[in-house]
Amino acid sequence: MLKVENLHVSYGGIQALQGISIEVPDGKIVALLGANGAGKSTTLRTIMGIVKANKGSVLFNGEEILGLQPDVIVKKGIAMVPEGRRVFANLTVTENLALGAYTRTDKAAIAKDTEDVYQLFPRLKERETQPAGTLSGGEQQMLALGRAMMLNPKLLMIDEPSLGLAPVLSQGVLSKLKEVNQTRNQTILLIEQNARAALSIADYAYILSTGQITIQGPAAQLAADDGVRRSYLGVS
Amino acid sequence: MTFEAFMQNLMNGVSLGSLYAMIAIGYTMVYGILRLINFAHGDLVMLGAYWVFYGVAIFQLPWWVTFPIAILLTTLVGIIIERSAYKPLRNYPRINLFAAAVGVSFLLENLAIVIFGGRPKAFSRPGFLDSQIKIGNVTLVSYTLIIIVTAIILCALLIYIINRTKVGMAMRAISKDLETTSLMGININHIITIAFAIGSALAAAGGILWAVKFPQLNPLMGMAPGLKAFIAAVLGGIGNVWGAMIGGLLLGVVEIMLVALFPTMAGYRDAFAYAILILLLLFKPTGIMGEVQAEKV
Repeated sequence: MLKVENLHVSYGGIQALQGISIEVPDGKIVALLGANGAGKSTTLRTIMGIVKANKGSVLFNGEEILGLQPDVIVKKGIAMVPEGRRVFANLTVTENLALGAYTRTDKAAIAKDTEDVYQLFPRLKERETQPAGTLSGGEQQMLALGRAMMLNPKLLMIDEPSLGLAPVLSQGVLSKLKEVNQTRNQTILLIEQNARAALSIADYAYILSTGQITIQGPAAQLAADDGVRRSYLGVS
Repeated sequence: MTFEAFMQNLMNGVSLGSLYAMIAIGYTMVYGILRLINFAHGDLVMLGAYWVFYGVAIFQLPWWVTFPIAILLTTLVGIIIERSAYKPLRNYPRINLFAAAVGVSFLLENLAIVIFGGRPKAFSRPGFLDSQIKIGNVTLVSYTLIIIVTAIILCALLIYIINRTKVGMAMRAISKDLETTSLMGININHIITIAFAIGSALAAAGGILWAVKFPQLNPLMGMAPGLKAFIAAVLGGIGNVWGAMIGGLLLGVVEIMLVALFPTMAGYRDAFAYAILILLLLFKPTGIMGEVQAEKV
């Protein structure tokens, strides 16, 4: 579905991405792992059109999308849950979800998707008229995820869903992701610092280090790899 | 002060405040979305008034044709300013935008001097705006009331657009987080243009009514209402539409009342408004309705 090839990005002279290539196949969860500053967020933001690339290509279902505006890329079927959730704090839960469906006109399908989101996250339903700013961190993450699902994307990209959440909550969010992937056959590209948790739900994973892919492989295989375990999973 | 005199002054204050409010909304909407003080906003007030003057004086059009056309033309100018002067600078440091806004303001004022001429022009009110209305013992000129009613209608319409329509929802979203709004597939440029259009239309309406109240036009006439409306926007809490309305009303009423209570101070009327701005920036820069910018993690 998504094929990133030889992507180069630099910010003010600093090479943030030095030729990375990743692939996200239909219906799979692919995890992008690595330490802080490795270039994970930059990769997603470049795919999304927020950051401009110097070189490379991003093919979405065979079509080059590099250089397009974010809103155009969204309409092609890619949604991103940004790092830090970034829900619209001054808008209610319902309005946040409605914004996700902003460009859609199929009223019945929107209503059904809203119901689906509420079914997946009953807590959001309880708080539908509250401003999003009053929700807890975990609830905001659910809302950010639900809002992205309202875009009805072919590819869902999520930047650090467990950032700032208690371990129990982050486990909960990740298992919801797995559920969305299984029940809706949703293709997902996931960024996570918690490599262990990410590998437990992903099909395939890439490990980024200072702007380059250093290791890649099926998630189960990486989770069992001694080198990966020592460097990224905190196992000695 | 007798009750009648008080009421008279109050109505005059509310009427002046309504004008400030209408103009202040444009400042606050643009600031809320782009964090830009659009210094050219006051000059749109001037343009609105001049279009009406030319429509009536040269093309001999009736007021009910001229007013909407003037508002439309001013809105168009507002959109052109945004597209040509501000949009290209959106990803540059804020100071560049600020400089561009000051530049646009000078450009409009000087163009107006060249095209409209520097000599003041007399604005003739349509008759229905000039009649006397007596309520009890209070005598008012009809435009005083019509300004207030117009402001109420336009503000109600604006509040409806912002809170009840999809575009309004997108505006509220952009004012919180522009980048994430674009991640919703929303065309940011489109929404920003609409915000400028609304602000410019209100400035034009304010300008026309300003000319009705103070019927003398000159190319720099936008500066005073522009600055006062800016103060009103800051007073109410810049970025907040309700704040702009409240700030405008408050400034108008206080200004008129001050002159009414201390006639010898009349000359300090403008100084008083600026003193409010200075004190506000010193002690409560967020204004009445403004929120403290705090990030919740």
